[in-house]
Amino acid sequence: MTLKIPVEHYNQLRKHGEAAYPHECCGVLVGELDESGGKAVKAAVQCGNTRIDSLTNRYHISPSELVRIQRGAMLAGQDIVGFYHSHPDHPARWSATDLAEAHWTGCSYVITSVENGRAVLTNSFLLLGQEEAKHFEDEPLEVIEH
Amino acid sequence: MSIKLLIPTPLRPYAGKQSVIEVNAQTVGDALNILVMKHPDLRKHLFSEDGKLRSFVNVYLNDEDIRYLSKDATPVKETDTITIVPSVAGGR
Repeated sequence: MTLKIPVEHYNQLRKHGEAAYPHECCGVLVGELDESGGKAVKAAVQCGNTRIDSLTNRYHISPSELVRIQRGAMLAGQDIVGFYHSHPDHPARWSATDLAEAHWTGCSYVITSVENGRAVLTNSFLLLGQEEAKHFEDEPLEVIEH
Repeated sequence: MSIKLLIPTPLRPYAGKQSVIEVNAQTVGDALNILVMKHPDLRKHLFSEDGKLRSFVNVYLNDEDIRYLSKDATPVKETDTITIVPSVAGGR
């Protein structure tokens, strides 16, 4: 499976990580799913990080924001296909906390490392398996140039 | 009365691949129970063994979290929409 993302949305989520530094940023990827599980991102929706007790190493998206985004996506004939967040001064790899707190099986979790305020690497991970045996797999990320 | 339940992407494989399911119910609890009766594979993804909603599953009636309403006993009306959203969190 590949996550296809237009370059403007790719740049947008990386800039969000830079703007939020040294805090973690977060957002929702809205788009289209195909029958084979491939995903095409149509929008990267910036969200607030509600983990105000630990903004530099945790993120949480308000469920009310998720509800609003999910409804809007469905009205547009689209879906929530993934999420993004940043790792300030930390590699663009999923952490134990990322896995423990991930519950959207089949969705992409995109992580950008931000070092000294500059976005470095952006990787995507696909959440697979049921809750008790869930795991991340590396997912190809294809940036679409126009 | 018939109300709509919006099913999030990760739960659709257990709900006949449907994104919207209509059920006849009087309360949020009724609606969820009817949903899992129609789609038994959904039960363990929504409820823990003690029958309570799993900690990471949020249920909204329109724009309100049912935890801040009357939980399962929250009454529903014809134009209402129930949205199920698993939580999104993590960090390095």
